[in-house]
Amino acid sequence: MSFDFSLLTTELAMFVLGLTTFVLGLVVPSGSRRGLGSFAVLGLLLVLGITVVNRSHQGELLNGMYLVDGYAAFFKILFLMAAILVIFGSFRYVDQHVGNHFEYYSTVIFATLGMIVMASAGDFITLYLGMELMTISFIILVAFRFIEGKSLEAGIKYLLLAAMSSAVTLYGLSLVYGATGTIIIGQVAQAVAGGGASPLLIVGLTMLVAGLGFKVAAVPFHMWSPDVYEGAPTPVTSFLAVGSKAASFAVLLRLFIGGLAELHGQWAMLVAVLAALSMLIGNLVAIPQTNIKRMLAYSSIAQAGYILVGLVAATEAGIKGVMFYAFLYVFATVGAFTVVAAVYNKIHSDEIADYAGLVQRAPLAATVMLVCLLSMAGIPPLAGFVGKFYLFKTVVEGYMWLVYLGLIMSMVSVYYYLRVVLVMFRDDPKDPSPIELGSATTLTLFIALVTTIVLGIYPGPLAEVANMAAQSFFLH
Amino acid sequence: MATGLNPSYFVALSAALFCIGLYGAISRKNAIAVLVSIELMLTAVNINLVAFNKFLTPEAFIGQIFAIFVITVAAAEVGLGLAIVIAIYRNRKSVDLDDFDWMKW
Repeated sequence: MSFDFSLLTTELAMFVLGLTTFVLGLVVPSGSRRGLGSFAVLGLLLVLGITVVNRSHQGELLNGMYLVDGYAAFFKILFLMAAILVIFGSFRYVDQHVGNHFEYYSTVIFATLGMIVMASAGDFITLYLGMELMTISFIILVAFRFIEGKSLEAGIKYLLLAAMSSAVTLYGLSLVYGATGTIIIGQVAQAVAGGGASPLLIVGLTMLVAGLGFKVAAVPFHMWSPDVYEGAPTPVTSFLAVGSKAASFAVLLRLFIGGLAELHGQWAMLVAVLAALSMLIGNLVAIPQTNIKRMLAYSSIAQAGYILVGLVAATEAGIKGVMFYAFLYVFATVGAFTVVAAVYNKIHSDEIADYAGLVQRAPLAATVMLVCLLSMAGIPPLAGFVGKFYLFKTVVEGYMWLVYLGLIMSMVSVYYYLRVVLVMFRDDPKDPSPIELGSATTLTLFIALVTTIVLGIYPGPLAEVANMAAQSFFLH
Repeated sequence: MATGLNPSYFVALSAALFCIGLYGAISRKNAIAVLVSIELMLTAVNINLVAFNKFLTPEAFIGQIFAIFVITVAAAEVGLGLAIVIAIYRNRKSVDLDDFDWMKW
């Protein structure tokens, strides 16, 4: 059997980049380690270029164990962009608050590699390995500020709950293997179509929903996320919110729509209830939060609820909606968290009350925060509105109650997002000295701002790309 | 090879082991005990995988290869877990999960 290594260009390049960054960190004297971040960004930009150029070079490896298709390519580009923005936007934060540890950048790169493997996974072993590579890297990153108790506490909470959710996911995978006799997702689909729903399969399915629901932080499996988001270093929180969530959604779609589509009748209602609960609890509990990272954590639980709606539909349009939303969510979330990190550098606080008068101290940061929050709330003409429109349009027939709930909860979310905006724009600052952002952070914020606005006004091209990627999903 | 064994025995054993592990992971307050309980859950997965391999696909080693991967990754995960437990013990002089309440849990 011939093995086409050229299909693995992105993965091999990421692997080499991760190792090179690690070795460079060992060799370079600790005084000049600051360059490592720039090196990592340049390397990631190179890999991003390779992936974009190679996006139409598609195929299957090892009888469908590794799928390189348009769907995987879309998510790979998304992860790489998120990694670049997260590293580029927070050099100063990492210098000041994470410490001079050379492992940081290579761990971020390996987490991205794990996500990339997840997006291409065509069988359970690849899926599991990618997921664990990502999760273990994230556990290290969450606990990275180990001088501070909060970060360690977040680390151990994340470790225990992630390990438990991995075990539950694995048990579900083993039951699906037991019911179908294969671990390749394409063959699972055939076996399910031939055999129908056995009790073993239903139990396995439920465990998969629970285990992966943990990874995307859907209610009632969300308890870890506010603590972990609050305790982790802010760039890590941002990467966790966009990368880990998007990768888990990539896997969820592959497993449930690619492999278990025949059982749609069994799992659609379950997922719809998870989506409804996430929207409800995420938005309602976000209201009383006083810490901005905790508030964004609950808001990201609600976002997971919106994205799950696309899975309920389980159609090509649903997949397209998920991909479109995941893409714009990267820019809105990274923009908001980059502002949080930049403000923390100056005032050493994540409390919403301390954001008073931010518009006078750092006009660009306040504007980006405003646009990103409004996009998450789904106010037209920003990108979040278009994304929600694509998602909810797919379930109008059959799950109208979900659409109404989504609408009401989006209005509720406007309340707590605008509370932050009011504090930033109306209140007078306690200390009017300006907050300097640094050129890299300014550029990142600018990219987030422009992308969020442009995608809202002119969503056509990205929607077209997502459409084509979603079509490639069904070709296996 | 008729051994008189039936796959449902293995599934029952692994289900019991998984439930014990899950109960332990939820109810125990010591971080190390929770890690041990999670290992029990993973062992239940491995029993499942190897048993299904024997009864469903005896000509291919899918399940056994999967089990080896699970064991390897679990070892890495526990190694990391113990490292964090040691770091947090130095910081807090405790490995009791109830003491980790700097944030609302």
